[in-house]
Amino acid sequence: MNYKMIGKFISRILILEAAFMLVPLVIALVEGTRADAFGFIWSILLTVAAGTLLGVLCRNENSRFQARDGLVCVGCSWIAMSIFGCLPFYLSGSIPHFVDALFEIVSGFTTTGSSILSDVEALSRSILYWRSFSHWVGGMGVLVFLLGLTSPGVRGSGFTMHLLRAESPGPDVGKLVPHMRDTAKILYLIYIGLTVLNFFFLKLGDMDTFEAICTAFGTAGTGGFGVKNDSIAGYSPYIQNVCTVFMLLFGINFSCYFLLLVGHVKEVFKDEELRCYLGMVLASIALIAFNIRGMYETLEETVRHAAFQVASIVTTTGFATTDFDLWPSFSKTILLCLMFVGACAGSTGGGMKVGRLLLIFKNLRRSVHRFVSPSQVQVVRNNDRVISEEVLNNTNAYLAAYGVLVILSFIIVSLDGFSITTNFSAVVSCFNNIGPGLEAVGPTCNFGGYSDLSKIVLTLDMLAGRLEIFPILVLFSRRTWKR
Amino acid sequence: MKILIAGDGKVGAALTRQLSAEGYDLTLIDNNPEVLANTVNQYDVMAVEGNCAAMDVLEEAGVKEADLLIAATSSDEVNMICCLTAHAMNKKLHTIARIRTPEYANQLYLMRGIFALSMSVNPEKQAAREMLRLLQYPGFLHRETFAKGRVEIVELRIDEDSPLKNHPLSQLPEIVGCRVLVCTVVRAGVASAPSGDFVLKAGDRIYVTAPTHNLATLLKNLKIIARPVKRVMLCGAGRISYYLADLLLRAGMQVKIVEKEYAACRQISELLPRAEVIQGDASRQATLENEGLQDYDALVSLTGLDELNMVISMIGSSLKVPHIITKLGHMESTPILNELPIGSIVYPKELCSNTIVRYVRALKNQTGAAVAVHSIADGQAEAVEFLVDKDTPCCGVPLKDLKLKNNVLIVCISHGENIEIPHGDSSYQEGDTLILVTSGDHIIYSLNDIFQS
Repeated sequence: MNYKMIGKFISRILILEAAFMLVPLVIALVEGTRADAFGFIWSILLTVAAGTLLGVLCRNENSRFQARDGLVCVGCSWIAMSIFGCLPFYLSGSIPHFVDALFEIVSGFTTTGSSILSDVEALSRSILYWRSFSHWVGGMGVLVFLLGLTSPGVRGSGFTMHLLRAESPGPDVGKLVPHMRDTAKILYLIYIGLTVLNFFFLKLGDMDTFEAICTAFGTAGTGGFGVKNDSIAGYSPYIQNVCTVFMLLFGINFSCYFLLLVGHVKEVFKDEELRCYLGMVLASIALIAFNIRGMYETLEETVRHAAFQVASIVTTTGFATTDFDLWPSFSKTILLCLMFVGACAGSTGGGMKVGRLLLIFKNLRRSVHRFVSPSQVQVVRNNDRVISEEVLNNTNAYLAAYGVLVILSFIIVSLDGFSITTNFSAVVSCFNNIGPGLEAVGPTCNFGGYSDLSKIVLTLDMLAGRLEIFPILVLFSRRTWKR
Repeated sequence: MKILIAGDGKVGAALTRQLSAEGYDLTLIDNNPEVLANTVNQYDVMAVEGNCAAMDVLEEAGVKEADLLIAATSSDEVNMICCLTAHAMNKKLHTIARIRTPEYANQLYLMRGIFALSMSVNPEKQAAREMLRLLQYPGFLHRETFAKGRVEIVELRIDEDSPLKNHPLSQLPEIVGCRVLVCTVVRAGVASAPSGDFVLKAGDRIYVTAPTHNLATLLKNLKIIARPVKRVMLCGAGRISYYLADLLLRAGMQVKIVEKEYAACRQISELLPRAEVIQGDASRQATLENEGLQDYDALVSLTGLDELNMVISMIGSSLKVPHIITKLGHMESTPILNELPIGSIVYPKELCSNTIVRYVRALKNQTGAAVAVHSIADGQAEAVEFLVDKDTPCCGVPLKDLKLKNNVLIVCISHGENIEIPHGDSSYQEGDTLILVTSGDHIIYSLNDIFQS
């Protein structure tokens, strides 16, 4: 294992994180909230100190880097980033309990949006900004950001591929252009462009600038931290619709936007995953709207709430405009199923990803065909491309690991004595990076009632879900740390 | 600059290594997904799976925006069709094809026109030329030529009985009796640029810059027996054997070729009536002894298997054959090999990719580009030749007053016919040729890059 190289990456990430903290520090200074300003100053100092120390310890690294190093590097980076990222909450006294603060920032970086806070509006703007910004930077990935800054043409620089694969969601991650640095730049430029567009549309709806920035961050990362206790419910229907559209846009594979930019429009509309995603969203909206008819005054309001909730859950954002816990169980079941599905591969959304489920179903169909005629040779295709058996095997392994971890977490979380629905939806919601669950963790409630043990388990679930399990799972494997 | 490489084989991999280190946008095309996956994990490049001569594959690889296509698949015909198709899709594209079938050698000029090739390369023929040069001046492990053949950088090993042993480099001109310059020393696998008080030890390998006409003096004064090579045994009857035997026969040497397969023996004996062709297993010491290897001046191991070539060379070394050359097709150059008694090592794919890299650099930098580029000391250093033009700064300034970048050494100045091994008071003028040696990790694209900014 190349510890020095991993240490160097983590040290760079910490320095970068400290730089990100400067903006909320300025907000705190302008607002004149002394406790928050001190919290951020201490956090920045500690983070920079840790980053520099690690950087000094890990000089003279060699560039031999394997897939395993990539996984461990991403896993450790995210954990380090979370531990230092929660310091502002803890040191400013906004969240006095450390485990709570950790839960909150991991929920931010993993774009989950589950909170342990009951009164968000009591927080100062600097803390709210840091909370929402964590969604934005966690959505596309910090290492991808870092890769956009690295110098090209370093010998043996293929290792960046391992990092991209480990941090980016999806079963089959690839580069858009030959250079990793350019790929990362393109991804972030698309991301920044869409975020600015989102902000612009929110401003057109007369939203407060600070709230529009935070909401745009929450939408872009498909996170879900709001600045209001009632999430998006208090805003005008126009703003709610803007959020619905942008949540769905951020749930689309970013390589589709790249293809649009370079003029391959046809390929985008032929993309199986995109078609499946949009079809599923429309069908869910129609079914739920029909199921909840009569609960709201007008048809427009019914469809708006149905569309918003479906978009919020399927992209794993977790905003809410209404308490869907009061909806009939058919609608709730559809939402629970959508929690598992998640958005498209290569988007900022979480969940199992539409593309991966497509592969699983196609593979299943092939297995059924094999039972009928054992000697038939058949390949699995996606967008007319043959999918290699290795990708299929990894997808199945992912599914198995997913099942095992969800069940294990479910059992541990059950110790706290909440209802089965609460516990199950809490685990599913955290694992798929959504935010709200059902009943006691529903959209109007929060995760504050859980014990520390459950919070830690749910924190790990969020990390595992965001990084697609393996970067976190390998940290717990003894073989990883063997020489 | 966007470059497509069709065929991720030996040459393709060597090119990927060199060109990706220089920061070009590389896209590889191959029909083997496993090879591609391996390359993508090692280098910052993109890969496209498929037949490189098919339009939709070329389209996917981005041929329309590309500047250069290098076709290096195992088949000459595929390479040519690939270049033809790609050029039809993008008229501005430069194309390089590997064409190595001996039968096509005489029609290259014609084919370059038909298939729109900017250049064709033949690794085997290059390797054969390189081996011939080594056999012409036995005693040098490598020879790199500059300034139209008037200057060379040669590699020498310091043996136990070498007169240079335990002497500092400043005494070198007195010992060898002519002005030469040691530009790089490799000790225990690590290359460095030595200063005048550096003391040589047995086992060191040195790279010496010398005018070509001084090479014989150098060999004589270093007490390296320079008996000209008369009889050469080649093991293996592949393409390099054919090219090399042809060159050796033309140079008046006797050639014996040992090959296992009857068909290959027959083919080469049809092509080369004056060569003696033996059907036999060269990996058996008995075969080689029966063919009288101990009485030969040189042995060249040219079979298709690297490991076999090393074994054959070791047998030759145990039989005290004075000069041994080993061809390694698959392996990359590594310092471990220098410890083995297998003589000079020739890597055809490296020679070929050096040629292509030179073309790429010239393409990138149309004016002031390197005239020749040779990678020395297992790739740890690079020797580059440049022409001094009117844009070059510091003409006429003594070298000792120049502010050059670290690790850049001017090893030779050639004023027309006149070759000068420079010292601190030397200077260059417009029209001169400069040879520089740099450590391998930073690349000099144009002459102006050597000055501190």
